[in-house]
Amino acid sequence: MTDVHLDPRPATGARARPEAPRAPRWKRRKSDGPIAFAYLAPALLVLVGLMGYPIYQLVLISLFDYGQEQVSGGAPLVFLGLDNYTRLLGDPKFWTVLAQTVGFAAVCVVGTLLVGAALAVLATRVRTWARMTLFLAALGAWATPTVAGSTIWLFLFDANFGFVNELLGTTGFSWTYDRWTAFGLVAAEVVWCSFPFVMVTLYAGIKSIPGEVLEAAALDGASTFRTARSVILPLLRPLLVVVTIQSIIWDFKVFTQIYIMTNGGGIAGRNLVLNVYAYQQAFAASEYGLGATIGVVMTVLLLLITLGYLRALRKSGEEL
Amino acid sequence: MRRGVVEGVTVLIAGVVAFPLYWMVLTALKPADEVISANPRPWTLTPTFDSFVRALTVQSFGRYLVNSLVVALAVVLLSLLISFLAATALTRFRFRSRTTLLVMLLVVQMVPVEALTIPLFFVMQSVRDVAPAFGLNHLGSLVLVHLAFSLPFAIWMLRGFVAAVPVELEEAATLDGASRVRFLWQVLFPLVAPGLVATSVLSFIHAWNDFLFAKTFIISAAENQTLPLALQVFVKPDQNDWGAIMAGSTLMTVPVLVFFVVVQRRLVAGLAGAVKS
Repeated sequence: MTDVHLDPRPATGARARPEAPRAPRWKRRKSDGPIAFAYLAPALLVLVGLMGYPIYQLVLISLFDYGQEQVSGGAPLVFLGLDNYTRLLGDPKFWTVLAQTVGFAAVCVVGTLLVGAALAVLATRVRTWARMTLFLAALGAWATPTVAGSTIWLFLFDANFGFVNELLGTTGFSWTYDRWTAFGLVAAEVVWCSFPFVMVTLYAGIKSIPGEVLEAAALDGASTFRTARSVILPLLRPLLVVVTIQSIIWDFKVFTQIYIMTNGGGIAGRNLVLNVYAYQQAFAASEYGLGATIGVVMTVLLLLITLGYLRALRKSGEEL
Repeated sequence: MRRGVVEGVTVLIAGVVAFPLYWMVLTALKPADEVISANPRPWTLTPTFDSFVRALTVQSFGRYLVNSLVVALAVVLLSLLISFLAATALTRFRFRSRTTLLVMLLVVQMVPVEALTIPLFFVMQSVRDVAPAFGLNHLGSLVLVHLAFSLPFAIWMLRGFVAAVPVELEEAATLDGASRVRFLWQVLFPLVAPGLVATSVLSFIHAWNDFLFAKTFIISAAENQTLPLALQVFVKPDQNDWGAIMAGSTLMTVPVLVFFVVVQRRLVAGLAGAVKS
């Protein structure tokens, strides 16, 4: 076998035609295997070492009784098989946390998409100066680091010194004390910092829609809502799929906001979501086995949700 | 006339969106007694840098700022280099496991990184014994994890940009006698710049924002903490120093904001390009 990369000339034209695999020259050409591997090696090294291996380890740890003694080597590892899983699934707290996680993520996803889409449409209907103002503000929310954003929102809603309570005349009211107001506050912060991505992406998508189509809709007297629903939406479906999946993935595993704004999961763990629950089990309670089990369950759930969503789309005749 | 109303609403919304940031900067500039007033005013007549001074001296925010910068920039540079090579391989070369690799890259993005904290903690424990600078309690550990988590998305995104460069260019460059390596770095690399900008913004933000891994990996080396953790030092159960917290938040947000505004146009172009492809 001759090394392709030693003599690139004869192969160049054909090799560089990846989108036309049926071109006659490609059939005669040898595989780019060795050189491709050289280009991919650094990425593979990092990904196998820091994602592949940890995923394998996560599953492994979830099958053991893995506590502080085992970590320090003071006690032997006990293989539990699926005991951690039955223990977890038999715990009512797990089901509460799971329901909270799904509900919280759903609210955040829907909120993010609605706000992002509505503002993207709004941005197309105003002159440049107003649009730039909106985009700059959104850019600011987007750029704010999660920890800083969480802290700012906490302060705005602070029981004693918060501006929002001052505005509402509810000084002394603690938003983070009650389970639902606490979740609501965190969800608002999550939507605030994640709608810009949706807005900017959808705006770019709308802009790529031919102007004539929108003009025709406007000439026909279509309202903003009507135009969005009947003209823009169908054309944007592939894009919407991308931002929805991204939002699901992000919001299902919100960690920092919950951890900081509810001080590690709320009073008596009332505001726990799976992520924070797993973390608390592993690093606060030193139950690494159980923490890993929650991690595995969460991974499987996230994969199922995403794959289920993709399948539903394919069924409805959408191509990806 | 109607357009005026819509624009008024737009600006109002922009105001609401930007308000938390305004409040952050305002609080950072307020004197201490105004910060903890039960009737906070949305302005201040006596701005002062006291809170910034407190953040920088008492908590040595400067040090954490540098740490955060080192981690984020290292991640951006490494991930640009590695993902560019990988994206080129995945678009320009034909080999057997190409499709499998692409699917794996997509699936791996769905794995919640937070779930991997536990095994990664043990991985970093072992790395420390081999290469201390990349193990527990060192900044290198953060560079490694963020590199791993930004790569799948960066590769996936860059693929579209590399594929969009006409093959004829490569043919022409080869005819002109340019070596493949030269073509790669002098022709292809600049051409995919919008994609590179968009991916580097996203990996920068990931690394800069990270709270979880910094909290988990940097356990007993205070000097190696990053900004998100340092900010938490001010948060105390009963007596929060809100002025210093907001000054710290401002210091933490400004670099990202500057970065965003500088690359803003290219970022939008990059996102649009990635989405189209």
